Amino acid sequence: MALVAANHIKKQFGDVLAVNDISLSVHDGEFLVLLGPSGCGKTTFLRILAGLEHQTSGDILIGGEVVNDVPPRARGIAMVFQSYGLYPHLTVANNIAFPLRTQNTPRAEIARKVEWATRLLSIDHLLNRKPRQLSGGERQRVALARALVREPTVFLLDEPLSNLDAKLRTSARNELKQFQQTVQTSTVYVTHDQVEAMGMGDRIAVIDHGRLRQIGTPTEIYDRPADEFVATFLGTPPMNLVERDGGSLGFRPEHFLPREMLKNGSALAEMPFRVERMEYLGSERVLYGTIEGMKAKRVVTAKLPAHAASDGIRAGDLHPFAVRASELHYFGRDGRRAEGGQGVLQ
Amino acid sequence: MTTIAETRRAVARRPRFLLDRAEVMGPMFIAPAILYVLVLVGLPFLLALYYGVSAYSIFDPSYRFVGLKNLDEVLESEIFWHTLWNTLLFTIGSQIIGLLLGKIGAMLLMKEFPGRGIARALVILPWAVPVSLATLAWKWMFDSLYSVINWTLVAAGLVDVANQPQWLGQQDLAFAAVMTVHAWRLFPFGVIIFLAGFASVPKDVLDAATVDGAGFWRRNYQIILPIIAPIVVIALIFGTVFTFTDLSVVYLLTMGGPMNSTQVLGSLAFQVGILSGDVAHGAVICLFMFPFLLVAVIALLRALRRREI
Amino acid sequence: MNAVARRIGLTGSFYSAVVVLVLFAAFPFYWMLITAFKTDGDLYNLQSIPYWFNAAPTLEHLDYLFNKTLFLRWLLNTAIIGVCVVAITLVVSLPAGYSLARMPGRSAENLGIGIFLTYLVPPTLLFLSLSRVISWLGLQDSIWSLVVVYPTFTIPFCTWLLMGFFKSIPREIDEAAIVDGCTMLGAFIKTILPLSLPAILTVVIFAFTLTMQEFVYALTFISSSDQKPVTLGVATDLVRGDVYYWGELMAAALITSVPVAIAYNLFLDRFISGITGGAVK
Repeated sequence: MALVAANHIKKQFGDVLAVNDISLSVHDGEFLVLLGPSGCGKTTFLRILAGLEHQTSGDILIGGEVVNDVPPRARGIAMVFQSYGLYPHLTVANNIAFPLRTQNTPRAEIARKVEWATRLLSIDHLLNRKPRQLSGGERQRVALARALVREPTVFLLDEPLSNLDAKLRTSARNELKQFQQTVQTSTVYVTHDQVEAMGMGDRIAVIDHGRLRQIGTPTEIYDRPADEFVATFLGTPPMNLVERDGGSLGFRPEHFLPREMLKNGSALAEMPFRVERMEYLGSERVLYGTIEGMKAKRVVTAKLPAHAASDGIRAGDLHPFAVRASELHYFGRDGRRAEGGQGVLQ
Repeated sequence: MTTIAETRRAVARRPRFLLDRAEVMGPMFIAPAILYVLVLVGLPFLLALYYGVSAYSIFDPSYRFVGLKNLDEVLESEIFWHTLWNTLLFTIGSQIIGLLLGKIGAMLLMKEFPGRGIARALVILPWAVPVSLATLAWKWMFDSLYSVINWTLVAAGLVDVANQPQWLGQQDLAFAAVMTVHAWRLFPFGVIIFLAGFASVPKDVLDAATVDGAGFWRRNYQIILPIIAPIVVIALIFGTVFTFTDLSVVYLLTMGGPMNSTQVLGSLAFQVGILSGDVAHGAVICLFMFPFLLVAVIALLRALRRREI
Repeated sequence: MNAVARRIGLTGSFYSAVVVLVLFAAFPFYWMLITAFKTDGDLYNLQSIPYWFNAAPTLEHLDYLFNKTLFLRWLLNTAIIGVCVVAITLVVSLPAGYSLARMPGRSAENLGIGIFLTYLVPPTLLFLSLSRVISWLGLQDSIWSLVVVYPTFTIPFCTWLLMGFFKSIPREIDEAAIVDGCTMLGAFIKTILPLSLPAILTVVIFAFTLTMQEFVYALTFISSSDQKPVTLGVATDLVRGDVYYWGELMAAALITSVPVAIAYNLFLDRFISGITGGAVK
């Protein structure tokens, strides 16, 4: 059963349509990521799920019941805000106890739950501190603990890692996912960082300009993008798109390799590659250049392992490159994925 | 342990969640303030309009409608025009002086020097202290017999003992006296506004100007002043409104005399409306302030919109 | 040699300018101070040098003020009026400022400015009609007339001040409280108010000082000496016919002015920030 369902949600702010007919559902225990660039409407959508904003049209169902007119506190949700929203004047212990106090939970139970939550998140040594005395990572854990004690039906997380130092983010990502797998609560997670999305999501919903572009597992999104936006949003460097018959042909930089690296019999699309610039990034090399013979001179990237077997490629070289036919993507005139088409260029 | 989900189902059946809805609570939070303002500001204003077109007085509280007769009578009165003129002169004059002194004072107090804190605290006094009390101090200073100002002038040989200026007794001197008190009250506010304004100019803008070769005066007038203009305008509007509508200074210092030479709209309205009981004509005089207020309000709105948030 | 002379000249003129300015501002207060403690004989003596004591300083004016006039009663009146007006202002302005700070859209800003603008409507425009309203309410010649009317200028100003302040509190805090189970009122009381103590203090101080300073409404509504607030009582009752009791007057003025001056000095920055709508911190 879908725990949370959104049906045709639209949200208008004046004459701006922030959320444009998004429908999706969250499965029991699932970690669903809402991914998209800044301003695409993902946070607005999250807030509508929470009940902090009211949708212009459409329905939100939680646990099978329509909750359109139900305030946040009665929806069975818990939210972690981007800047955590901790109460500055309360200690960590009181911050976490706050949602229990508003529900008039008995004292003994409050103490028990706070202890449980803080132990789970390893912050039991911080109980008497105030938020301003905590580091970014510690604050985030307190916010999670506060959300946890409510034992909600679904967690809503709004870019909780974006305020952390880059170094901290990787370990925080790991801890967060493990945390979710331990408590097994459905989670909706908003981010603009595709690495986070790919690394954490059971499913990813890609949103752009208020529209849901594609929803699927990381593999589905990455290997079979539904349109050009999804194709170029995920993957670093982004997928190469070259014009073909009014539509586009796409291939990822890591699939665009020197011909000799692609022996083994599969059908190949061959493209002579004039290398203009090369970046050595330690673990890999990124080559920038153009495809000889193309009408439009579009810069195309190739991503090679750092020490490919003596290919001796240098800037200025013209070298035969190729892409496996199975790794080509075709997009029609409307930008959406199209199947079939000839495998070879020109 | 009851989960939130169960509580939720029970709670969802309660009607409407009135206390949660921002559309309900928001207006409810503002309602008392709006009500207060409507009833005790809006209503009296309408009442003043009403009185202005009636023949109402304390002695004859009838609501006879007389149209614009009161307005005509007021406009025909010489005293009224003189009063209006005085009010305008006082306002404009004291703003100019107050602004100038304020700017100079701010430029002086911007520098760090020993005793700056005390100097600032003393400079604020005229504005901080209740109008009536400060005015009384000046009245004593302008006294016909014991004026300390006169004593000093005589002692300095600038004035003859027999010919001491009667600050509150001679028409032109009384005018100057009222103007002085107004400017004295205003300039500290100017100092503060300018000080705050100077502090709010981003340092890199000033540095860029210096590197570009702008000297002291150019920096001041072409860079700093335009940036702090909105704040100064806001302060100016406040000062203008408070001076224009003042009653206390004139009432306590000169009662509008001698011979109405220092009469202002506020004190005239008080004399006519309260002391003489002629509410109808008093109301017309009061209402004369309104057009000027409107202009001030519109100017303030513009300035507020342009401020840097 | 020239550079040094110039330096001294500049510094000299700088300090003289400061002295002149400070003298201009503060002299009347010095005058108040000295008058309050001079004997009548010293005060009303054309031969004496006015700038300092020619006879020993005296407390006779203070004695007269406190024991033979209604000065204490006036101070009490002002205190009562002040406390009541501050209470009314807080109860009305706190929720109003909060609602305006959190309301979405331009309308909130416009409404806030609209309320603030009523601060500009002067007493001298309204006093005439308000005096009629007050007499209909039967409150004429009573301090309660002022308690009712004074909030008309404290509320607009304080609502504006509070609106600016509440805007600076991140939305996430009251939103978290709402998600955590509070109603809008609950979130306001439990999370926003505890964080607003400095602003509330500022509002209290300013509402109180605005109340203390007012003169026009007091003059219009009140005639009985025992109902007068201190600014009115001092200005009208310490006069017998044409004779001003300057010693007592200045003593009273001094006593009343000192607390107000101190309060203003302490809260100046907040006030400026408030008036300029937060443009200046």
